[in-house]
Amino acid sequence: MRNILIKTFLHIACWIPAVYLTWLFLTDQAGANPFEFVTRETGHWVLRFLLITLTISPLARLISYPSLVTSYRRLFGLYAYTYGVIHLLTYLWLDQFFDWGEILKDTFKRPFIFAGSFAIVLLTPLALTSTRYAVIKLGPLWRKIHRLVYVAVVAGILHYWWQVRADYLEVAIYTAVLVLLFAWRLYYIYARAARAKARAQSS
Amino acid sequence: MLIKRTSANDIKPSEITPEGIYLNRRKFMLGGLGAATGLAANGLSAAVKVADWSKLPDSEFNTSEDLTPYKSVTTYNNFYELGYGKEDPHENADKLQTANWKIKVDGLCEKPATYQLEDFISGSKLEDRIYRLRCVEAWSMVIPWVGIPVADIIAKSKPLAKAKYVAFQTIHDPKNLPGQKRNVLDWPYREGLRIDEAANPLTIFAVGLYGKVMPNQNGAPIRLVVPWKYGFKSAKSIVAMSFVEKEPPTAWNTQTPHEYGFYSNVNPTVSHPRWSQARERRIGEFRKRKTLMFNGYSEQVAHMYEGMDLAKYF
Repeated sequence: MRNILIKTFLHIACWIPAVYLTWLFLTDQAGANPFEFVTRETGHWVLRFLLITLTISPLARLISYPSLVTSYRRLFGLYAYTYGVIHLLTYLWLDQFFDWGEILKDTFKRPFIFAGSFAIVLLTPLALTSTRYAVIKLGPLWRKIHRLVYVAVVAGILHYWWQVRADYLEVAIYTAVLVLLFAWRLYYIYARAARAKARAQSS
Repeated sequence: MLIKRTSANDIKPSEITPEGIYLNRRKFMLGGLGAATGLAANGLSAAVKVADWSKLPDSEFNTSEDLTPYKSVTTYNNFYELGYGKEDPHENADKLQTANWKIKVDGLCEKPATYQLEDFISGSKLEDRIYRLRCVEAWSMVIPWVGIPVADIIAKSKPLAKAKYVAFQTIHDPKNLPGQKRNVLDWPYREGLRIDEAANPLTIFAVGLYGKVMPNQNGAPIRLVVPWKYGFKSAKSIVAMSFVEKEPPTAWNTQTPHEYGFYSNVNPTVSHPRWSQARERRIGEFRKRKTLMFNGYSEQVAHMYEGMDLAKYF
């Protein structure tokens, strides 16, 4: 019961940015260039949701509450993907007006467009295999597929770096958080190996 | 974003001249008194008669395209001295101190001098110039500027034959300007033009827009407007100009040389290394429009670049 309440709350919370942006857009509060505004803001939310998703596992370990992963990680991951699709759509529609020839040219000519599109494409199989059925069916392969999230988040961060003109502060913050999350994982792997080694020696 | 802050630089809705009325000069004059309040806040009040601003001569270069609304022109700005976001310059507008503004003219000229702003422009007739503005970020506006030809100042300063370029320097005030607290650019912002570009009849020093004194966020009290070049060439809040022999260093070119050339003429066929320049979003429009060579000013400026490889001298 508590679980359902928390989940409901999280779902509402995750929709707030989208609802808020839509409201700003519709009430003429999204600035003089609302299309650029919506594209930029949804892009930020993709990265934020990805970083939140990647925080769940280390956090679960830190507070010794492993069910955090099984209960909530998928939820944040799916919102990262949802905002990613919205973000991609703003580019395809508001920027290129579905001119596919131009989109293809742009994608392969502009590294930042390629990195962004690549990240969303890469997240698609993860979203598709996020069901419980897929987890069971795929077994160990599931973990391997879902490691693609690391590639996607790096591509997403690069996508941001490559379009900054001068002010790198915000992208630097995202990068710092990502580096921290990676460092945490490396440390965990190292510590686990060290424990295994100690066990092997003591037995 | 929800909180609407009212800064000293906000013009009350009641003061804003609707675009339609602005174009109809007779009606505008009837309501023109509102501009007086704006003027008093700036160093210009002494020299420029308010009434003159409402009946400025039209320019042959004026475009008849729809004007970008005043609100958009004054809330969507790239003016890094006042912050790096588009809305920051409007929010931080009161951080720019424009009282007692001076402009120094020096370098290779017979008449170097330091002017009070009023004296700097007093020798010229103010004109209305309705120009397209094309930002390097692929958006554009149509803005009615009030200004004087840069050519007038060049003539007054009598440059020596050796002078081939004009270098411009803008305000450096890291104590007050939030954007200058971090070195995202090599402050102060510098710009430059070839002397024939600076003397081109299109090039102006603007001191106002929409018949009002220049809002701080748009580069008060005086800025360059070079309409056939990307917006960043039109340096804001200018404090010095210098006649020089060699191509002067410029802010964006110094920061990222392969992306922002010295010339930076609007050119749909030469991409920015990271994005296309073929199309632009006119602020207020949904569909993008095709970007025009020299931003549509080929007739006035193309002759200056004859024989130049514009992909090389981008």
